[in-house]
Amino acid sequence: MELIELEGWTCCGSTPYGSLDELEAIVVAARNLALAEKTGLDLVTPCSSCCVTLNRARIQLEDHPHLMAQVNEALAVANLEYHGNLQIRHLVDVLLNDVTPEVIASKVRHGLNGLKVAPYYGCQLVRPHYGSDDTEFPQSLDRLVESLGAEAVPYPLKARCCGGALIISEQSLALGLIRKLLDSAARNGAQCIVTPCPLCQTNLDAYQSQVNSKFKTDYNLPILFISQLIGLALGIDHISLGLNTNIVSPNEVLDYIYEVKREVNSGT
Amino acid sequence: MEPRIGVYICHCGSNIAGTVDTEEVVRFAQGLDSVVVARDYKFMCSEPGQNLIKADITELGLNRVVVASCSPTMHEPTFRRACQEAGLNPYLFEMANIREHCSWVTEDRAEATEKAKALVSAAVKRVYYHQPLETREVPVNPNTLVVGGGIAGIQAALKIADSEHKVYLVERDPSIGGHMAQLDKTFPTLDCSACILTPKMTQVGSHPYIELLTYSEVEEISGYIGNFKVKVRKKARYVDEARCTGCGLCQTKCPWKVDSEFEAGIGKRKAIYTPFPQAVPNIPVIDTEHCVYFLKGTCRLCEKLCEAEAIDFEQQDKVIEVEVGSIILATGFSLFDPTPIYQYGYKRLDNVITSLEFERMVNSSGPTGGNIVLKDGSEPESIAIIHCVGSRDEKYHEYCSRVCCMHSMKFAHLIKEHTDAEVCEFYIDIRSFGKGYEEFYNRVLNEGTIFFRGRPAEITNIAETPEEEGKLVVQFEDTLVGLQRRLPVDMVILSCALEPQPDADAIARLFNISRSADGFFLEKHPKLDPVATMTDGIFVVGCCQGPKDIPDTVAQASAAAAEVLAMISKGRVEIEAATAVIDERICSGCQVCKLVCPYSAIDFDEEKGVCRVNEALCKGCGACIAACFSDAVSLNHFTNEQIVAEMEGMLV
Amino acid sequence: MVVFGGMNSFVNEVAATLGGEHIYACIQCGICTGSCPAASEMEYPPRKIIAMIRAGMRDEVLSSNSMWYCLSCHLCGCRCPRGVKPTELAHALESLANQQGFRVKGTRTPAMYRSFVSSIKGNGRVHEFGMMLKFYLLANPLSAVKMLPLGLKLFLHRRMSLIPERAKGKEDLSRIIQKFREVIARQ
Repeated sequence: MELIELEGWTCCGSTPYGSLDELEAIVVAARNLALAEKTGLDLVTPCSSCCVTLNRARIQLEDHPHLMAQVNEALAVANLEYHGNLQIRHLVDVLLNDVTPEVIASKVRHGLNGLKVAPYYGCQLVRPHYGSDDTEFPQSLDRLVESLGAEAVPYPLKARCCGGALIISEQSLALGLIRKLLDSAARNGAQCIVTPCPLCQTNLDAYQSQVNSKFKTDYNLPILFISQLIGLALGIDHISLGLNTNIVSPNEVLDYIYEVKREVNSGT
Repeated sequence: MEPRIGVYICHCGSNIAGTVDTEEVVRFAQGLDSVVVARDYKFMCSEPGQNLIKADITELGLNRVVVASCSPTMHEPTFRRACQEAGLNPYLFEMANIREHCSWVTEDRAEATEKAKALVSAAVKRVYYHQPLETREVPVNPNTLVVGGGIAGIQAALKIADSEHKVYLVERDPSIGGHMAQLDKTFPTLDCSACILTPKMTQVGSHPYIELLTYSEVEEISGYIGNFKVKVRKKARYVDEARCTGCGLCQTKCPWKVDSEFEAGIGKRKAIYTPFPQAVPNIPVIDTEHCVYFLKGTCRLCEKLCEAEAIDFEQQDKVIEVEVGSIILATGFSLFDPTPIYQYGYKRLDNVITSLEFERMVNSSGPTGGNIVLKDGSEPESIAIIHCVGSRDEKYHEYCSRVCCMHSMKFAHLIKEHTDAEVCEFYIDIRSFGKGYEEFYNRVLNEGTIFFRGRPAEITNIAETPEEEGKLVVQFEDTLVGLQRRLPVDMVILSCALEPQPDADAIARLFNISRSADGFFLEKHPKLDPVATMTDGIFVVGCCQGPKDIPDTVAQASAAAAEVLAMISKGRVEIEAATAVIDERICSGCQVCKLVCPYSAIDFDEEKGVCRVNEALCKGCGACIAACFSDAVSLNHFTNEQIVAEMEGMLV
Repeated sequence: MVVFGGMNSFVNEVAATLGGEHIYACIQCGICTGSCPAASEMEYPPRKIIAMIRAGMRDEVLSSNSMWYCLSCHLCGCRCPRGVKPTELAHALESLANQQGFRVKGTRTPAMYRSFVSSIKGNGRVHEFGMMLKFYLLANPLSAVKMLPLGLKLFLHRRMSLIPERAKGKEDLSRIIQKFREVIARQ
């Protein structure tokens, strides 16, 4: 399976653009749709919000032909046109349904040795319902985690909000939500959290110390991006995986994975 | 005989005459071929109007009649009868719809008049080719089949049997009684459900005109109104009904316990069991999926203990064939399973239960002896009752289940009667529409039950404050106050939707009836014919037609009984004459017509190798005529000649 | 024709937006507010906003801070029994309020969204550092001081670059947006 970066992509606009100008936001998203449609391939994104934003634009254009015509008139100045023939999917969806957990499991070089991972879906991976996973109690990420040899820790808040973009403007509200998530994962025995959403990753990772100082807690949960976890299992080196960019140090997790392996190998 | 046509243009007050120039249409009609007389009148369907037709038939020797008025669904029977009373075959009559199709769809006088003329011309040209047809009459078998032994089936069976006509009552469970037997008290009078039901059950069990076939299912039906042949499979009970005394020793001693369906899964029964003590018939049944004899060949304790020697492990299913004139379906409902609503925690969290589970819990003959208890055996101090679970929701069932508001209030009342617990109800709207219902709501309010208007978002056991530790928390918006709130409670009761039985689809196909979009059986007309179906002779009553309370169920059952008794009393049914006819000389026996017939009205004669139309089942839809490659089928009263003439007449 | 004293013109206006089309179907059950993680911060929770829209309370709704607290978690829309999408409605209201010049008190989110969008327009993609800078200048420069440690951490962990990355399609995007404005203004 080959992933080809979309040439010349620009920001999809996410929530903020649509909140300031509903219509203009569609054309901003539509530019990427037109670019992708030209390649004839499915559009895959590792960002939950992009997935939702682009799909929303796709559907709104489908439902309102008049709007589609206006958008295309604007896209024409850059020699682009969108015809409505594009599938927009999330990376997790592709990994699960196209690559499949069986294939992933077969390529695992460093099984994660039962590492207790709390799969954190966030909101926009499963809501609104564009894919096939359950909106309240999804399982897709759990299956992915298990295919790597880790143990997916069940905990009730796995698909609840981390505060999203409001971490910047309404920090207090968002920190409260992040705290609940960390608490839920920790008290159910998680050694780390894995997430497919970049913003969730930043919120849970970079702001963990702020949560600790505000609520007088002492969470120390490494937050891994999904590609980092998969990469570890596949035996990719740490620098390539960007493990040195995680704010909460993942060293304990790494120690655990290699320690157990060493023990197993030495027969103790 | 040369056709002599009379044409009558109706004014229908101002409904037609207000838009159509009726005088001009009369003048136009007078000029058409074979028209002997053309008149107009204010209300053709009235007695003087009909008398105009009758007088002209007698005095002018008319042998064809056209009335230009409303839709045939309104008055075709009226005018056909008028013709018949004057001695003219009713099928020599044709209607032109110049109201619904003409004066009611435009305000333009000129346009309306031109269209009325075209419609009259078409009718006149068509009626020229009409032939006299005879309606057949078939006798009605006075026996009736009632499928389903809940209160609906019981009521219908009793009403018919009391007229000294035979009823076969088929019930798939080991006993009759249905869901009503599971209830504790009924709203709004708080009658004990079993106390009002069991006398009727006993009556059924001992009625000389009711043949009760329990633990049985209908397997096959064929035939048509007045003449159905039905195969019923009596499943083997493995207990000899003639010998069993109903002493109950086998049940008491059987060592194998199973989740009881009657106890809604919160209590147990044995592998040999009657579903509840007042079962009718009071003859146990062996559940072969859990009986150790059938699983491993051992035990046989019941056989050893039975003094009447009634246990018979060799018993076989028996298929019985009965002949009946009408069928009443009373197959009831199933309760929505709230497991898919993840955020309500059913089966995931302790002490979240459904309405039926609560009914069994609060019932003094239930598994907890009428004590309302939590899983750990203690008594709850606070209980939340949630309305509309699975109802009024586009994700599950869009409809409202009608009875849940009332039974939820009933629960609140019973909880206050049995315990000291506080009760609160979460609703969106209160539906207390029936007799005594609003008064009951008032009573429950005054007893101190708190009503919160807000559909709960979730039920969780994750505590956010010390008061919430160890409790179930209902998170909701109190919409009347406008605040999001979290309420800690000990127990949550989900008032679940009533939905069609899981095999409603199979039953509908078996009996050749339709279902509405919500999955319940479809009545013939929602207002004017609520218990009949489009399949003549088959009726639907009770919750299988749609959720309803006991008063409405009983009323529907009596209504269906009345319709059946009317048929039995008349003793015969008229079969519509506008049916398809197969010319056996042309028919090649390809059976395409049989394939396309939506009413299963065509049979294949193996011997002669041709198809034949069953006139009693045929509804004259015309599908077979269109399908036949050889033009071997024609439709009485809709022949090619008549239709082409009508089209020519339209293009005036 | 104007009826009900003009009260229903606002609900019709909202129903004509891309996010508000299902607003007529709401039965005010409150499951949206019940699910909302930010309901306690909103001046008026989601269900009440819909009721206020139907009551024609245009100014109160568009100047409220309610919709700006929407986290886009979509729990409301997924649980609504009538298929109303309060998330989409919230964003449509934000857009209406912004387009019509309503200034909202009690939330810094509009300022943050404006910085975000301005970053897109300048670079074709979001430059986090530049966006944060602009946001704090717009909203509350003093609070930027508190964020320095976090900013430093992110920078040192190579999560945030000081220099913006100009996307290749930036020029095209600007021209497209410009043209789109003309097309919309025409109708």
